[in-house]
Amino acid sequence: MNFRLTQPAILIDINPLNELAGVNNGAGERLRVGALTRYRNLERDPATAQHLPLIAEALPHIAHPQIRNRGTIGGNLAHADPASEMPAIVLTLGGRLRAQSAKGERWIDAADFFVGALTTALEPDEMLMEVELPKAPPRSGACFMEMSRRRGDFAIIGVACTVRLDDHGRCAEARIGLCNAGDGPVFATQAARSLAGRAIGKNEIAEAAKLVQSEIDPGGSIHASKEFQRHLAGVLTMRALTKAGERARGSA
Amino acid sequence: MHPITVTVNGTKYERQVEDRLLLSDFLRHDLLLAGTHVGCEHGVCGACTVIFDGAPVRSCLMFAAQTDGHRIETVEGLAVDRDHLHPLQQAMRDCHGLQCGYCTPGILMTMKVFLEETPNPDEAQIREALSGNLCRCTGYQHIVEAVKLAAERMRK
Repeated sequence: MNFRLTQPAILIDINPLNELAGVNNGAGERLRVGALTRYRNLERDPATAQHLPLIAEALPHIAHPQIRNRGTIGGNLAHADPASEMPAIVLTLGGRLRAQSAKGERWIDAADFFVGALTTALEPDEMLMEVELPKAPPRSGACFMEMSRRRGDFAIIGVACTVRLDDHGRCAEARIGLCNAGDGPVFATQAARSLAGRAIGKNEIAEAAKLVQSEIDPGGSIHASKEFQRHLAGVLTMRALTKAGERARGSA
Repeated sequence: MHPITVTVNGTKYERQVEDRLLLSDFLRHDLLLAGTHVGCEHGVCGACTVIFDGAPVRSCLMFAAQTDGHRIETVEGLAVDRDHLHPLQQAMRDCHGLQCGYCTPGILMTMKVFLEETPNPDEAQIREALSGNLCRCTGYQHIVEAVKLAAERMRK
């Protein structure tokens, strides 16, 4: 609004809706984060640290403490900035989002929620209530890395990935998402698929990084050309996958 | 117009505010507390940082109407009195932690909460905590020194 990107005729302050704030860590395999939960609450939430290591690692990269004190998860996801970390993370984790209107509620998969730059599947009369995310399973590792000009700036490129190993130490499932790599958050389907059933070794990781480079469509800016963004996506994917693999091997 | 009751530096104010009035402009123009500075007006520079219910926030990214029933601290409330500066203010003075002083109120309000939460910070933590406040004069070295000194004095 400060940029006059939107000039709403009517603005409703939802901040007093306390029931929308907070992390619901139920007994199941999924964790629910209310739309009004602030970044700062997640940073200090033990359930997030334990079950959502990908988010915990990304949080310090998101703007500055003064912004994280006010910024909410729901506001961020509904805004859907392609360079933002959270959309890429929710997409990587395969989360789903609950939207509500006077007519009722519906769940939207992250893959269907992010339609394009600053555009989501939310209808004008709908409101984002919460996001549901799978807890990190056993024998899995996650890693988030990004490169920005200064701490807290938007990423030139950011990479989120998770790796789950099978009983033989091979990759059962890998998931890779990127921010500032296209019109919206990008899920690198082919790269992730290429790792399934294989060892997480140097060659496999290099192959996946090449696929990531072919799957993204970065826009380029005065800070970084498209070519540099693509190069960086490859380098960060290799580093992040290597780290996630190590973490998966180290976890019970 | 919205009627609001907001506590700023311990004083309760009752005012009528326009829908679109930013908190930063409310503090400066309505309450005449011009110590809160306005730099970029879109949440990047940190000059307008105030403490809202105990947490540092950008006052340019909030509406005055949102502060109804809440508590705000600004740089005007930092010093004990005219002769006794807050340890952070004193340390900034002693270490030459400011030149033009435009960013200083925002830095003080950010660091006040930081030192309350992190009484014994190392340099990396201080620099991380300062990352949301731009200073174009000092190169930050003396600010970091000042925060270290203030932390040391406040621990005693």
